[in-house]
Amino acid sequence: MTTSAATNGGESMISLQQLTKVFPGQAKPAVEGLDMEIPAGEIVVLVGPSGCGKTTTMRLINRLIEPTSGRIILEGEDVTKVNPDKLRRRIGYVIQQIGLFPHQTISDNIATVPRMLGWDEKRIKARVDELLAIVGLDPEAYRGRYPKQLSGGQRQRAGVARALSADPPVMLMDEPFGAIDPITRDRLQNEFLRVQQTIRKTIIFVTHDIDEAIKMGDRIAILREGSQIAQYDTPERILSAPADDFVADFVGAGASLKRLNLSLVRDVEMVQWPTVGIHDSRAAVLAALRASDKGAALVLDDQRRPVRWVSARDLGREDMPLSDVGLPAEAIVQPNATLADALNEMLQSRYGCAIVVDHTGAHLGTVDFATVSAAIQEMRRDARDRSRAEADQLHVADAAGA
Amino acid sequence: MSLFDYLNAQGDRLLGLAIEHAQIVIVSVSISTVIGVLLGVLTYRTNGPRYVALGVTGIFLTIPSFALFGLLIGPLGLGATPAIVALVMYGLLPIVRNTIVGLRSVDPAVVESAQGMGMGRYRRLLRIELPLAWPVIVTGIRVAAVIIVGIAAIAAVVNGPGLGKDIFRALARVGTPTAIPQALSAVLGIIIIAILIDLAFMVVARLTTSRGIRT
Ligand SMILES: Nc1ncnc2c1ncn2[C@@H]1O[C@H](COP(=O)(O)OP(=O)(O)OP(=O)(O)O)[C@@H](O)[C@H]1O
Ligand SMILES: [Mg+2]
Repeated sequence: MTTSAATNGGESMISLQQLTKVFPGQAKPAVEGLDMEIPAGEIVVLVGPSGCGKTTTMRLINRLIEPTSGRIILEGEDVTKVNPDKLRRRIGYVIQQIGLFPHQTISDNIATVPRMLGWDEKRIKARVDELLAIVGLDPEAYRGRYPKQLSGGQRQRAGVARALSADPPVMLMDEPFGAIDPITRDRLQNEFLRVQQTIRKTIIFVTHDIDEAIKMGDRIAILREGSQIAQYDTPERILSAPADDFVADFVGAGASLKRLNLSLVRDVEMVQWPTVGIHDSRAAVLAALRASDKGAALVLDDQRRPVRWVSARDLGREDMPLSDVGLPAEAIVQPNATLADALNEMLQSRYGCAIVVDHTGAHLGTVDFATVSAAIQEMRRDARDRSRAEADQLHVADAAGA
Repeated sequence: MSLFDYLNAQGDRLLGLAIEHAQIVIVSVSISTVIGVLLGVLTYRTNGPRYVALGVTGIFLTIPSFALFGLLIGPLGLGATPAIVALVMYGLLPIVRNTIVGLRSVDPAVVESAQGMGMGRYRRLLRIELPLAWPVIVTGIRVAAVIIVGIAAIAAVVNGPGLGKDIFRALARVGTPTAIPQALSAVLGIIIIAILIDLAFMVVARLTTSRGIRT
């Protein structure tokens, strides 16, 4: 039941069947009977405690480690026995330590697989420049540099570019953003998600950070010792309906807060506070305030951009223009902000709400605490309903089988 | 007779000997490099063979040179051949050892990423591991060359070529006026060759090491 989310997804790109690895001289398998379907075009995140077998699982998939038993199916083809070097050229691989070749320029690093595949130099050069641009490194400035002349974050980007070089359908990324500071890491994550929007690779992504898993994953597999799947599901469901105590513990406290990272402002119902134009009369403002149950109105400029919050009390000073009375309109978010961002803004705002604007800065509406709390309720209800529906299905199946 | 007068009189002959000396060193170092790097490449990943390679080449270096040259007369006779064989043996240890150390110190993450990209064993060695180990290997070859320049002087006992001839002639005529300048000039020649070879290696090492790993 916990793996149900995997089977109703898109067509499966990678399929692991009873994959097992016992290292010589060890009693317990590092990976034991792993069954998993990786849908095409999605990011599947493997997350779990240290030593649970995440890296081993990745290295089994590109056969850097030969499985003791079980099968690996890639694009419908059993690759358990094919030439491993040829297989690896179809799978991009980013390891935690990046592993750029220090004696080669960034350009030569990225060109590694295309050269092995025999591309002509003109095509390779064009591809290298294209990839550098994709990962946000200016080709002019970086293609001729050596790895030691790059910062940690830039090396990570170069590593990702190298893994993408021959446009492999599959990418394995083992803690690719592991050893960098939180701010750069956040930026790299965002950029990578943006790139993924267009390249739509099938990606297996390892991390031991549940927050990163929630952010990056279309699906998350929470693993325990021996690469045993504790739950394989969408981030929403992992957060709202953890399969057992192990998952709940792993997700940790603050699951509700984390869930807010998954919903965007555009997905929730906005609240309308009264709005007035910047040149409107006092009387018009008072009328607008009286017509609503809110304590303040939002003053918009001629481009409908929020300028001030004004309450009835602020209107006393007849001589001052509307643009000077009341409080400045702060806590402004765009529709693609997460509810977590919006909540953060709200906490700092005078009226406990965040103003939503479009990309030109024009006013769309507001979200407040009630909006956020309603969104949480709804997510919880959805998760419960789905669990129940699945349980029912299972009963039906059992009954049919009996 | 002063050293200066001696050099004036015998300059051309000395230059000829020095060139012979340098030639035998270059030939021996080259052969030693091919064998030594090959031994290193073949053994660096497995403990047993690695210990054997290091042990055996280490023993070569402990055999007194007179004895080794003498021993080789039996199977190889006199002349350049036994000289070169002995010098190659003396050059092996530093080259084998540095090849092994260099290859073993290549960052495993770099090797894993190369392997993960589908580079085969052979290509990985040639394109990744050897270039990265190269600075260490070159240092080994340089040490071997300097050792060989000195020991090559002894090659004269088996009638080998080089400046050693003059040293042995001088030793045979101790007490005559030209004995001391003759020996001194030969020793000086050997030192100059050693310094030139050392310098040449510094240049070669720099030119053959990627800018990405130069220190
Ligand atoms: N080459 C190997 N030989 C023997 N045992 C190994 C080898 N590689 C991994 N193991 C063992 O297999 C288990 C799983 O290791 P693995 O590296 O897959 O963990 P992981 O989930 O990636 O952990 P981490 O989060 O710390 O990276 C560990 O117990 C480890 O000691
Ligand atoms: Mg790991």
